[in-house]
Amino acid sequence: MYQYDEYDHRIIRDRVAQFRGQTERYLAGELKDEEFLPLRLQNGLYIQRLAPMLRINVPYGMLSSTQLRKLAHIARTYDKGYCHITTRQNVQFNWPELEEVPEILAELAEVEMHGIQSSGSCIRNVTSDQFAGIASDEVVDPRPYCEIIRQWSTFHPEFAFLPRKFKIAVTGSDNDRAAVQVHDIGLQVVRSDAGDTGFRVFVGGGLGRTPVIGSLIRDFLPEAHLLSYLEAILRVYNQLGRRDNKYKARIKILVKALGAEAFGAKVEAEFAHLQDGPITLTGEEIGRAQRFFPTLPYQSLDNAADALLQQQAAEAPAFGKWLTRNVGEHRQPGYATVTLSLKPTGVAPGDLTDGQLEAIADLADQYSFGEVRTTHEQNIVLGEVEKSKLFDVWQAARAQGFATPNIGTLNDMICCPGGDFCSLANAKSIPIAESIQRQFDDLDYLYDLGDLDLNISGCMNACGHHHVGHIGILGVDKKGEEFYQIQLGGNAGTDVSLGSVLGPAFGAEEIPSVIQKLVDIYVDKRVEGERFIDTYRRVGVDPFKEKVYAKAD
Amino acid sequence: MPKLIKDKAIADNSWLLMEATDAPETVEVPADAVIVPLNVWLARKQELAGRIATLGVWLNSDQFADQLGEEAQQLPLVAVNFPGFMDGRGFSTARLLRERYGFTGELRAVGSIIRDQLFFLQRCGFNSFDLPEGADLEAALNSFSDFSETYQAAVDQPLPLFRRRA
Repeated sequence: MYQYDEYDHRIIRDRVAQFRGQTERYLAGELKDEEFLPLRLQNGLYIQRLAPMLRINVPYGMLSSTQLRKLAHIARTYDKGYCHITTRQNVQFNWPELEEVPEILAELAEVEMHGIQSSGSCIRNVTSDQFAGIASDEVVDPRPYCEIIRQWSTFHPEFAFLPRKFKIAVTGSDNDRAAVQVHDIGLQVVRSDAGDTGFRVFVGGGLGRTPVIGSLIRDFLPEAHLLSYLEAILRVYNQLGRRDNKYKARIKILVKALGAEAFGAKVEAEFAHLQDGPITLTGEEIGRAQRFFPTLPYQSLDNAADALLQQQAAEAPAFGKWLTRNVGEHRQPGYATVTLSLKPTGVAPGDLTDGQLEAIADLADQYSFGEVRTTHEQNIVLGEVEKSKLFDVWQAARAQGFATPNIGTLNDMICCPGGDFCSLANAKSIPIAESIQRQFDDLDYLYDLGDLDLNISGCMNACGHHHVGHIGILGVDKKGEEFYQIQLGGNAGTDVSLGSVLGPAFGAEEIPSVIQKLVDIYVDKRVEGERFIDTYRRVGVDPFKEKVYAKAD
Repeated sequence: MPKLIKDKAIADNSWLLMEATDAPETVEVPADAVIVPLNVWLARKQELAGRIATLGVWLNSDQFADQLGEEAQQLPLVAVNFPGFMDGRGFSTARLLRERYGFTGELRAVGSIIRDQLFFLQRCGFNSFDLPEGADLEAALNSFSDFSETYQAAVDQPLPLFRRRA
């Protein structure tokens, strides 16, 4: 993965010193609340319902074992012994003291981590595919480009005070696992027929109050022009994005108002000025970034271990279930990917204790070249496990509580922190997740239901991505009481779609039985091999609606 | 005389900032060094050309660099107003004036800017800063050295770090 040189270290150290000074001025009363607000947000510090919350960037999801151990130390020393993996691959601490934040940032800087632009109206941490560089269906590894974007966006002097937050995601595969079409800018790295590398550029996607699928404004942008094109998009947005109403300030509103074609034309006009300027990427720079993501020193293996795995699965059916759900294909023969589930029933989705962070660091060192990846589904991936070691990994993961074989199932839900922590939330979301997990506690039944994305947000800001869940749940407030609206038909992949509201909202206690009814209809209507989303798309909303809102006789 | 920061030092502010006006054709333009609103300049360019040495023009945050264009090169001073410090449009305006329209005179940030923005503002091409009344200018000077290295190309450093990295 990427490693800082002296330049990167210096920039991060300067930032720690700057924020230390700003915090001191704030605590001394020299900096007003409203002035400190954006400064602390641009360092990832929110003031939440119960305490400050500190969001730490995990650039495009890559974490080293050294960084995991530092996060464990911070959880133990400055927090209550745990942290949370967010729906944008980042890490959050829920209980730091404001006075201690500069010290936390100084400790993080030692391991090349920070909270820069993890919040605020600026370019946020770039996200990517959790299987980048190892997926068998990948065309180009997106991570070198993510790193180039990370550096370009870090302290960009022109774009630190945008109309609103700005999120960029990059995928290198036709099978989009980074949800690029619901980002402010979505990039798909592609190869042309001539073998040149470039990008398909989507703009104006997003979730939140007004979910929109991004528009394709460039079918092939040669890689050398990546930064000049991004700069052109950002400049148009910085100048023309609305600033009078924060609910209409995202780029998606501007793209809709102008029309994607007219917006694209403005970008192209600006790009014409910037094209071939000094920020044109050089072959050396792309090569430099790529060298940080080499083919790892794999053993030369074939897939002989497959027979062993079959035998082990026959002897230990629980291992077999885990293999089916939590283990995935790797491009290198003899290797596999392992997803550690952070969704055991009864734990807030995405939460990890300090001890678990250290256990994952140990697993990474022992089995996965010392690296892991965070996922936007709030799990952790060991990317590089030899197949012959999977049984050992399973046993070790089980001892730590993250071998729940539920990846991709209804119980592997995406869930925001909700009303238990977040000051924006209209309703709690963690207890809803748990009540659903308890309803669907039979694993064989869960497997029979297959891949089913269930996403829960505690408010319309949609951190839980409810618009793109096959089943989406949105917490709403009705006269001070918490209710939950159901949406069906969303999907975050390449065939992206936004869910539609099913009907009137339900109380929290009704949710498990409502989800059960939806699942019953699916089981009743499905044909061989159909996932929930496929059946929904084929039969439409009516059977689901009728079942859920049927009058009791 | 009021003070401001110019070229990273505290200096006298000898320019009068004229208020926005709805009557650009008829409003009285003071004889002393004055920064007029863009609409006054656009309405009375020819009349004002004779006193260009003591004439500046200011752009509001929703007025973009192309409205002044290369004419900016005639002026000794252009100011950009920040109605609120979170309104970041002026950062783009500054870069465009410097990088696209060849403005080399004094580029002044006025309005609700705060000290913590000085580093980015100077990167975008501003070289003078009229901070709100009461700001501690001496302390603010420290903010120019908030960072000792940068990744991006901008007005102060036309090459991105990747073209300079050893």
